[in-house]
Amino acid sequence: MERIDEDKLIDEVTGKNYEYGFTTDIESDTLPPGLDEDVVRMISAKKNEPEWLLNWRLEAFKVWSEMTEPDWAHVEYEKPDFQAISYYSAPKQKKELASLDEVDPELLKTMEKLGISLEEQKRLSGVAVDFVMDSVSVATSFKEKLGELGVIFCSLGEAIQKHPELVRKHLGTVVPQRDNYYAALNSAVFTDGSFCYIPKGVRCPMELSTYFRINQAGTGQFERTLIVADEGSYVSYLEGCTAPQRDENQLHAAVVEIIANDEAEVRYSTVQNWYPGDKDGKGGVFNFVTKRGLCHRAAKISWTQVETGSAITWKYPSCILKGDDSIGEFFSVAVTNNKQQADTGTKMIHIGKRTRSTIISKGISSGHSQNSYRGLVQIHPGAENSRNFSVCDSLLMTDTCGAHTFPYIEVKNPTAQIEHEASTSKIGDDQIFYCQQRGIEEEEAIGLIVKGYAKDVLNKLPMEFAVEAQKLLTISLEGSVG
Amino acid sequence: MLKINNLCAKVGDNEILKGLSLEVKPGELHAIMGPNGSGKSTLAAVLAGRDLYEVTGGSVDLDGIDLLDLEASERAREGVFLAFQYPIEIPGVSNLNFMKAALNGKRAHRGLEPIKAKDFLEKVKECSSLVELDGRLRDRSVNEGFSGGEKKRNEIFQMAMLEPKLAILDETDSGLDIDALRVVSKGVNAMRSPERSFIVITHYQRLLEHIVPDFVHVLSNGKIVKSGGKELALELEEKGYDWLKEPSHDTSNA
Repeated sequence: MERIDEDKLIDEVTGKNYEYGFTTDIESDTLPPGLDEDVVRMISAKKNEPEWLLNWRLEAFKVWSEMTEPDWAHVEYEKPDFQAISYYSAPKQKKELASLDEVDPELLKTMEKLGISLEEQKRLSGVAVDFVMDSVSVATSFKEKLGELGVIFCSLGEAIQKHPELVRKHLGTVVPQRDNYYAALNSAVFTDGSFCYIPKGVRCPMELSTYFRINQAGTGQFERTLIVADEGSYVSYLEGCTAPQRDENQLHAAVVEIIANDEAEVRYSTVQNWYPGDKDGKGGVFNFVTKRGLCHRAAKISWTQVETGSAITWKYPSCILKGDDSIGEFFSVAVTNNKQQADTGTKMIHIGKRTRSTIISKGISSGHSQNSYRGLVQIHPGAENSRNFSVCDSLLMTDTCGAHTFPYIEVKNPTAQIEHEASTSKIGDDQIFYCQQRGIEEEEAIGLIVKGYAKDVLNKLPMEFAVEAQKLLTISLEGSVG
Repeated sequence: MLKINNLCAKVGDNEILKGLSLEVKPGELHAIMGPNGSGKSTLAAVLAGRDLYEVTGGSVDLDGIDLLDLEASERAREGVFLAFQYPIEIPGVSNLNFMKAALNGKRAHRGLEPIKAKDFLEKVKECSSLVELDGRLRDRSVNEGFSGGEKKRNEIFQMAMLEPKLAILDETDSGLDIDALRVVSKGVNAMRSPERSFIVITHYQRLLEHIVPDFVHVLSNGKIVKSGGKELALELEEKGYDWLKEPSHDTSNA
């Protein structure tokens, strides 16, 4: 029932928006390609946004127009033509397929390997199923439970309508519009995303997963997420789902902002497996993401990511350790195969006293891919007795791939303690043979060795995520030893 | 059980096995001795299916199966076990998970269900007590941070877990002190049965005092040059290998 209502709502909203003086030559709910101030105004109007937000977007657009695309990352690609992209497409029902026979067999094979149930396979690949009813009931009871605790978990669009004061207070406070080129673009044209608010002292009893935000799929290329954890609260947030995503959008520029108030703790886990392109690197997703968290006094933010997809990854989940005794953590496994390129890492900005950060980065490169770790540890003058511990390991599967480490360390307080360890190793033929000699087949042996290598990070993932992430690692590296 | 006939193998251009023949019957334990570089470890690796070595001639038959035709993992599943001279470390993979994967691979090959957790743990308990491998070592990553003796005991533990048809021990005694040697030998002896055959590769007679062979062969320059009973080992201990060495006809080796 809820689904129908929401569809109706979308129709109403988009229908109504047309009255606001849109150019009527638009036949569908998709804007023609191109970006200018009018497009920004149209997006804001379509979403029925308050004026302050429109102005905020316009400011961002102005800033973006004056910026140039960064080229310091260790990646090579043809710069996207930003005027060739359509910046708004109303969330609408995907074309439903009659049966699984119509789904790309490659996609089904991967889902099967991931152990995704048949029903779920249908749902994920857009086949019509009754399953939806079930899913609605799960989601509804889930929402009720959260509601009792005062936890807000909805789309950002919904939050802007229902909780404008909360959004206004926090939006852009961690990643300002002018932060970087892609963040500015996102600020101008973001379409939707998630919003979470955890009230004071509340320990959110379940993982908040975008998975449960049904009917909110297709938030598109410019997703924006805002998580606010009030004093002493706790939340674990899961982004994405491990099912293979054949996204047709080439460019993704998302922004995630986290605010952890005094003594709050936020765990943010991502498993990303967007389309990496074919063996020659054609057609993959460009993933340019800005993720950052702000820690107040004794707050803690943990980023855990398993990155296996996208043709280009440009991503540095970071922590600003502003409050005294705050803690930042970054645990990452980044896998690149074929012609994939990843430039990923973190920034730990120590401002408060006795702030601590831990970085564990495990890169795995195969095929002809390039995998770079880029990290900054910055100790500000006031950050007395702060500590950082970093481990950056690279595992090479072939002789043709590349692994690079760019650690930057800036220390402006002599009481700080910084430890950095780095290693590069090649997967050993003798390790594989040892497994084979015990009766373990080559593919499984590689999976076992890689999982062992990435264990320190995989252990940080919530249980159900960890199992799928492990399978995903194995699948991403299939047939990759040379 | 095992019939090796005129086996030849090389690494790069370097011929190492030059027509080696050997027959091992069920329940027999054959010791292979010989000087450094005679091809002992190569024989072990070739039988186990290491693709570093190229087999250039001959045949290996295990109960009617052409072993040379199989991948290393398939040979293992058919019951070939190699206790490594230098066991390999696999960081982050627990010894138990490793054994579980190995055991289930073998079971799948025989059309059996994966082993039940309870049965698995009982088997682990039984096999680890055989070589006095304590729980701490079982739960750690495969061979990571193990001492030389612990690694060798772990090899015998794995052998006991996998119950091979043919066990090949490649210099299992190297790097062992006398106590560890006793423990490892006790484990091997407990595994001896009328259905299981052993090939024990060693430099020294010392091991054969603990693990008593049915036959002793001397490998020199890629061939078996002398065979005998257990007393041959004692003779070798006394006289060394020089009196048995075949003059090398390989000029590149001269």
